[in-house]
Amino acid sequence: MTRHKTSVWGKLYWALFLTFMYLPIAVMIVFSFNESKSRTLFTGFTTKWYTNLFHNEMILNSLAVSLLIAAISSVLVAVLGTAAAVGINSMKRKSRAVVMNITYIPYLNPEIITGVSMMLLFVMGQGGVNWVLEKLNMPQTVLFGIPTLVIAHITFNLPIVIFSVLPKLKQMDIRLYEAALDLGCNPAQAFFKVVLPEIMPGITAGFLMAFTYSIDDFIISYFTSGTVQTLPIAIYSMTRKKVSPEINALSTIMFGVILLIVMLNSWREDHREKRLARKGPEETGTAGGRAERKRRGKK
Amino acid sequence: MKAKICAAPYLLWSAVFIICPLGVVVYFALTDKAGNFTLNNLISIGEYSTVFMRSILLAAVATAICLVLAYPISYMLSRMRKSRQHMMQMLVLLPMWMNFLLRTYAWMTLLETNGLINKFLGFFGLGPFQMINTPGAVVLGMVYNYLPFMILPLYTVMIKIDGSLIEAAQDLGCSMTQILRKVLLPLSVPGISTGITMVFVPSVSTFIISRMLGGGNNLLIGDLIELQFLGNSYNYNLGSAMSLVLMILVLVCMGITNTFSNEEELEGSI
Repeated sequence: MTRHKTSVWGKLYWALFLTFMYLPIAVMIVFSFNESKSRTLFTGFTTKWYTNLFHNEMILNSLAVSLLIAAISSVLVAVLGTAAAVGINSMKRKSRAVVMNITYIPYLNPEIITGVSMMLLFVMGQGGVNWVLEKLNMPQTVLFGIPTLVIAHITFNLPIVIFSVLPKLKQMDIRLYEAALDLGCNPAQAFFKVVLPEIMPGITAGFLMAFTYSIDDFIISYFTSGTVQTLPIAIYSMTRKKVSPEINALSTIMFGVILLIVMLNSWREDHREKRLARKGPEETGTAGGRAERKRRGKK
Repeated sequence: MKAKICAAPYLLWSAVFIICPLGVVVYFALTDKAGNFTLNNLISIGEYSTVFMRSILLAAVATAICLVLAYPISYMLSRMRKSRQHMMQMLVLLPMWMNFLLRTYAWMTLLETNGLINKFLGFFGLGPFQMINTPGAVVLGMVYNYLPFMILPLYTVMIKIDGSLIEAAQDLGCSMTQILRKVLLPLSVPGISTGITMVFVPSVSTFIISRMLGGGNNLLIGDLIELQFLGNSYNYNLGSAMSLVLMILVLVCMGITNTFSNEEELEGSI
């Protein structure tokens, strides 16, 4: 297959496209160092917005909340999602189709619907819990906050983990598992010693994605958080105040962190590809795995 | 195999936290505040039909613009050398990793009446134009935020299109438009339909973009729903009815586009 060189028009189009994508980010970075609060005039260089940011209780607290929720929910979702994928993989065609359709719901539903519907469920749950506590003469509790956020985040991240583990399970040679059983492993041992290492890349990818989605989520958290603030919710309340140059500083830091992660990741992947290429072409063959997957899917 | 049991906790979880909430929405939509059955919530949505029409219109325009902008980018991306492809792919996706509130806020400062764009135009003696708080600004926000969602599925499909097909068409005397119409478009239909869903669904249901860039005059369905649950209106029943209508709208949209793509495509797009 030939690869065309991008034409002059193509290059111009790319330039316009990338300008469109990066202009807002570039402007934010430049103005995060602006002396005055003006958003159009650059009056002088300063880093005071960064210092302000690190003394902003609201931002720091919400960051801690976001990290906590992301950590708890992504660990739980990795376990729950992997178990689900193993179960779904062993199901018959028909029941699998039903389960997969349910799995698609939170992924395809508009986020606002997921948020609103969970909020309603939690409101009802709150009523139920308080009713029980009242019967037992115990003080009332508030469900809204960390518990509801963790539940919501697990729910919208489950499809992500399942979709990243399932292909690994389909690629895996079932005979490896059977061989382990023949050699005297019980099913649990066979799973932890043979299957788990095979599908680990899928679990890790799913876990990392779940973690990022969890930190990044605004809409669903907005409806299920009660009075607790996650980082995106804190950002939202800052944008309501119109002029707050600290947002620019925060964006710059976040962009820097993302850039670092993406670059590290691509460097790692390049490294792995080169290593695999050195080992010989047959081991890099994901095409073979894909063909295998197709073949099994047809059964 | 006993492995099926592993899915049990997940099935229980999805029953309680995916199916149940949707049932609760339907229940609230069909009852009044006292819990009696009523259709009034659904009927009173008629009063908001202009908002619904505006949402659908703006989301459709944004989706169309995304498709037109993304198609050449995805095509060029899929025809690049492997090493270059990696880098450009990263460049395309990088802004998506930034929180979308921050991205939208950035456009807010750019589009203001005394913002940078108007200032820039002022050098040429143009403007100032009223750009923020217009429907155009809302569409811009949708396009900017969801463009990568169109590029990704298109790119995934186009990378599978064999270059020799295009060459064959060229050899047989096709012009560029003919190649596009007879070779590229038919082969990229699954990507187009996935892309349309992935842009249209978040666009039609957004409430942040319309609030930040549209001011108070460009309310969308999402804003209405948010007002019923966390805003001043505070009417769960009406809000649920609106959510139900929005859900049906999205289902219809997906029903139309998904007749072209199958399960395998969706799995690959994540």
